[in-house]
Amino acid sequence: MIPFIAFYLFATIVIASAAMVIFARNPVHSVMWLILAFFNAAGLMLLAGAEFIAMLLVIVYVGAVAVLFLFVVMMLNIDFAELRAGFVRYLPLGALVAIILVAELIFALGAWSAGGVDLAARAAPAVTDKSNIQQIGELLYTRYIFLFEAAGIVLLVAMIGAIVLTHRQRGGVRIQNISSQNQRRPQDATRLVDPGVGQGMEL
Amino acid sequence: MTETFISWGMDPNWAWGVATVAGILLIALPLMLAVAMIIYADRKIWAAMALRRGPNVVGPFGLLQSFADGLKVFLQETIIPTGANRGLFLIAPIITFTVALMAWAVIPFNSGAVLADINVGLLYILAISSLGVYGVVLSGWASNSKYPFFSAMRAAAQMISYEVSIGFILVGVVLYADSFNLNEIIKAQQGHGLGIVNAFGFNLLLFPLAVIFLIASLAETARAPFDLTEAESELVAGYQTEYSSMSFALFWLGEYANVLLMATLNAILFWGGWLPPLNIDLIPWFDIPGIVWLFAKILFFFFIFSWVKATVPRYRYDQLMRLGWKIFLPISLIWIFLISGWLMLTRYS
Repeated sequence: MIPFIAFYLFATIVIASAAMVIFARNPVHSVMWLILAFFNAAGLMLLAGAEFIAMLLVIVYVGAVAVLFLFVVMMLNIDFAELRAGFVRYLPLGALVAIILVAELIFALGAWSAGGVDLAARAAPAVTDKSNIQQIGELLYTRYIFLFEAAGIVLLVAMIGAIVLTHRQRGGVRIQNISSQNQRRPQDATRLVDPGVGQGMEL
Repeated sequence: MTETFISWGMDPNWAWGVATVAGILLIALPLMLAVAMIIYADRKIWAAMALRRGPNVVGPFGLLQSFADGLKVFLQETIIPTGANRGLFLIAPIITFTVALMAWAVIPFNSGAVLADINVGLLYILAISSLGVYGVVLSGWASNSKYPFFSAMRAAAQMISYEVSIGFILVGVVLYADSFNLNEIIKAQQGHGLGIVNAFGFNLLLFPLAVIFLIASLAETARAPFDLTEAESELVAGYQTEYSSMSFALFWLGEYANVLLMATLNAILFWGGWLPPLNIDLIPWFDIPGIVWLFAKILFFFFIFSWVKATVPRYRYDQLMRLGWKIFLPISLIWIFLISGWLMLTRYS
């Protein structure tokens, strides 16, 4: 009974907040609805028994990706009225994308119900006493090790690309050198002088 | 606890519900009391370090000061700035407060004394604590004011930066404990140091991580010397500037509940949690309830937190970022290699 209620609660909130992401007038509100959607999706994952995926969803999407979204959206100060001005102009293109997506969805569901390519993959996985993390780890580091490493390399390349694109050397900037600061001793920097009256001192 | 309610003749479903609610109240209410007393302790410690008296008027030794402050704040008027985004302005402190309470669900107070004994406990804490940043960021934005906004920007960057190295440090601990469950992590520490000491912190490989985790938890809770989000010399009061009465108090409570949580995590992950410090039967260590040991460790770490706040000057923002990204991140990454290499050599070969 409780999982039943929880499923419909989470599912309803996911769909409603996903709709609100699109309909909210304020972009910051949109991001907040998006976060709510992520959060409830994690709840659905929990119900499906994938607690590891649920936690990763919250840590990665809510904790990092959405924070950066919010960061950018807050600073950009987007005027949404201006964005909506081109609504009619972009409507055909948007409709085309929507139709393609719906067609693909129907196609995929039809193929799935007609009996997919690999019947074994459709069967529910055997329930073992191993925890989620162990199962995923075992698959990831044995069967899918090359795909996993390929994904790692793609991410590495993306990271290096982002650094190269944003990195620029500016001339004339005085950069703090921490180690040279730490090596500086009082006797290097100070000098005790005893000037005579009216003579002043040279610096 | 569910069994107790069933034995009282309750329907199992109802008993489960009642037991869960009772568990939540058993954690949340003492936590609020602890926060009130810890604010008092904090002020007394700073006062002692600055050779002042601290709160000493309300109640014996000023013990009731926090409750008097709470009552005062409760009776004040909530002021919402005209330009503020009303909904988010009011939701932000609620998020901070709720998130600070939620993480306590997986904290084990004794062997088996956990509200939710889930096998991804540590990930749950990481997930929940990463939500904490939203309260700060939203309050800064919704206030529609310059200084809170600066503060929100700082908070977002700071918390993300330090969460990265905290995550890597946790991986090191998990590798050693072989579990994400906090109770299992504590049990793995029994007799870890030569069979005598019950702590990961006395392991030479893990001690540097314990130190980094302590410093990073200061940064994660935005305590001094990393309290750049509310640096009063630059940003008035940071993200709390426009807040008043209860909405302000919720930030205050949430902040201290987070500090307590971080002190608890230090105690659990590296210093044995509810285990007594030594694994020797000669002295009746194990007869003292685990919760006493845990509280003693929490208080010790809280004392370190306020000691640091009273003595260390505030970091500059670029220094904070340098410490997080250029020092802590490389060290914690290298340490993962070291730890996994050492474990492959000794445990799994």
